[in-house]
Amino acid sequence: MQGLKQSIITSLWFMFLTFPIMVARVNTIENTVEWRWMNLAYVGVGVFFLSYVWRWALARKEAKQYEAPSTETAKKQSWLSRAMEEPAVARPALAALFALSVAMPMLVTTYQTNIFISFLLYVVLGLGLNIIVGVAGLLFLGHAAFYAIGAYSYALLNHYFGIGFWIALPLGGLFACLGGIMLAFPVLRLRGDYLAIVTLGFGEIIRLVLENWGSLTGGPSGISNIDRPGLFGMELSVADANIYIYYIVLALAIITMIAVQRLKNSRIGRALQALREDEIACQAMGIDRVNVKLMAFGLGTAWAGFAGVIFAAKTTFINPASFTFMESAIILSIVVLGGMGSNLGVILGSAFLVLMPEYLRAFSEYRMIIFAAAMVLMMVFRPQGLIAPKGRKYHVDDPDLIKEGEA
Amino acid sequence: MDWEFFIELGLGGLTRGSIYALIAIGYTMVYGIIELINFAHGEIYMLGAFTGLIVAGVMGIYGFPAFAILLMAIVIAILYCAAYGYTMEKVAYKPLRGAARLSPLISAIGMSLFLQNYIILAQTSDFLPFPTLIPDFEFMEPIAHIFGSTDLVIVVASAVSMVALTLFIKFTKLGKAMRATAQNRKMAMLLGINADKIISTTFIIGSSLAALGGVLISTHSGQLNFMIGFIAGVKAFTAAVLGGIGSIPGAMLGGLFLGLTESYAAGYISSDYEDVFAFSLLVIFLIFRPSGILGKAPVEKV
Repeated sequence: MQGLKQSIITSLWFMFLTFPIMVARVNTIENTVEWRWMNLAYVGVGVFFLSYVWRWALARKEAKQYEAPSTETAKKQSWLSRAMEEPAVARPALAALFALSVAMPMLVTTYQTNIFISFLLYVVLGLGLNIIVGVAGLLFLGHAAFYAIGAYSYALLNHYFGIGFWIALPLGGLFACLGGIMLAFPVLRLRGDYLAIVTLGFGEIIRLVLENWGSLTGGPSGISNIDRPGLFGMELSVADANIYIYYIVLALAIITMIAVQRLKNSRIGRALQALREDEIACQAMGIDRVNVKLMAFGLGTAWAGFAGVIFAAKTTFINPASFTFMESAIILSIVVLGGMGSNLGVILGSAFLVLMPEYLRAFSEYRMIIFAAAMVLMMVFRPQGLIAPKGRKYHVDDPDLIKEGEA
Repeated sequence: MDWEFFIELGLGGLTRGSIYALIAIGYTMVYGIIELINFAHGEIYMLGAFTGLIVAGVMGIYGFPAFAILLMAIVIAILYCAAYGYTMEKVAYKPLRGAARLSPLISAIGMSLFLQNYIILAQTSDFLPFPTLIPDFEFMEPIAHIFGSTDLVIVVASAVSMVALTLFIKFTKLGKAMRATAQNRKMAMLLGINADKIISTTFIIGSSLAALGGVLISTHSGQLNFMIGFIAGVKAFTAAVLGGIGSIPGAMLGGLFLGLTESYAAGYISSDYEDVFAFSLLVIFLIFRPSGILGKAPVEKV
């Protein structure tokens, strides 16, 4: 009964709240108002039921907090990450996935290959951002700027000097990496919220410069007629070039995955994770904060540069509008939804963000609002993301050391 | 030196700066109390502008006088934005008290995107014209070409509301409780201050000021779309940082400083790079003086 009353009040409150925006739509030129009363009913009914779900989920979350947390972490891993740990399951699954992704362009149309290219590009972007946000814990809101640096490096080099794709690819990565380090230098002292805002500002500065430096970058109309990557001097048709780019980006995505996975378990990766957990303790342990932070930025943004070069080669036309803050926010939400620090999570996250709206056309209009809501809900109910990242387990074989540890 | 141009830019900067200051207060108050950059604050400002537009549109059809429309648009926009600010806090930030530092910030970014897309879906993603609601005053005639009636209303309204806010914070019991909560939330709670209520009040006050700014600036610029909140939000945040985040007089000072800098930089250097100046100023300040003009440098506890 209590719940019913609460739900009715919430529902009435939201009906009041959404009344002007959802119901009235004015046309100030023709001086007419369109009243959409049905929306009010939808909001009322929707909120009425959602408030039940909301309270149930909050209660569940609170109940969990009082349970003993130590036993929970051991067994509470999703079935997916448990399956991935079992080599007998994981290896054939990975092999099948690999075979499927290699055969993909033969099975689907050019249009769908295109979608998969952008999916893989987001995987690369997400994995790069994951190094900075997930592993090193530095909230970074300017990833799109480095994506833009990569794309513009190739576009400008190609436009002015006729430099080909394969030379531009490492150069784009290098420029983005250098850009990341250049940004990191001044912001080394900042953390948390301040860092987020500075990186956002930096991203916007780059976009505004690209937009306004018309003589070099073509301004808001961008650069067109960028060469597609060449294959031993052969002229490829558009469809074939697409398949070719698909394989390039697939290779890049696989390399990124392996590199990021290896990085996480390396000395640098452990230093980054230590930095995320406690900066002061980390310095006390002798980790050079400056070096490690620069490395995090450089390593993360380099992938954005590679992805940018491929993006420019794929679309053959770029303009600053492709690299707005929205783009950074999408990449960030991929990382956050997937689970910060988890590679598998990033793949699932980009699948969710890129493939879902493509295949569920009805949702494409609602895509951004669903993601935005998912971001908030994720933070409220499952801050660790879809796939919770977990640290690597280290086994000790030396019996003496084990004894020492137990003592 | 062309003095008239100089003064024109200065007055333009004053108008702009007052709006930044109005929005910056919301950022700085929320930051002062829960140490959260409320990313969605700019969107509240945008919602205020849209609510104002709807009220103005509906009343315009029934032929109310411009003055009454302006007053109603402001009152209803303030009412609704206060409600939105309150609800936003309850939905997106309250369940996250005590969570890891990044979580509320990401939640705030999500909220900001949510509100932008809410406007796109429920209204439109195009630019909409906003009716001129402020009549031309006769006594402003001689200087109307550099400082119009709208500018005057914006500056006066901002000044009045800021003075009112300062008095409220200084001399009322609720204001005292807010200052106490900002200094030390736990201690304030021990002394019987309802911290949840104080946080809600903070959001309500910040959102109301943003709504006032939203309606006034829209009638000044004559148009609005769903993105105005993003740019204004980042600039107002810059203003809050310039003045020293957490400090209310700092936000006012920072707003004016940013407005004037932008105006002069646009006038004397290049108007294309207007936003770049604002962002560069933010970056420079965060690097060299993160505590701002009036702020105190935080002491880091180990």
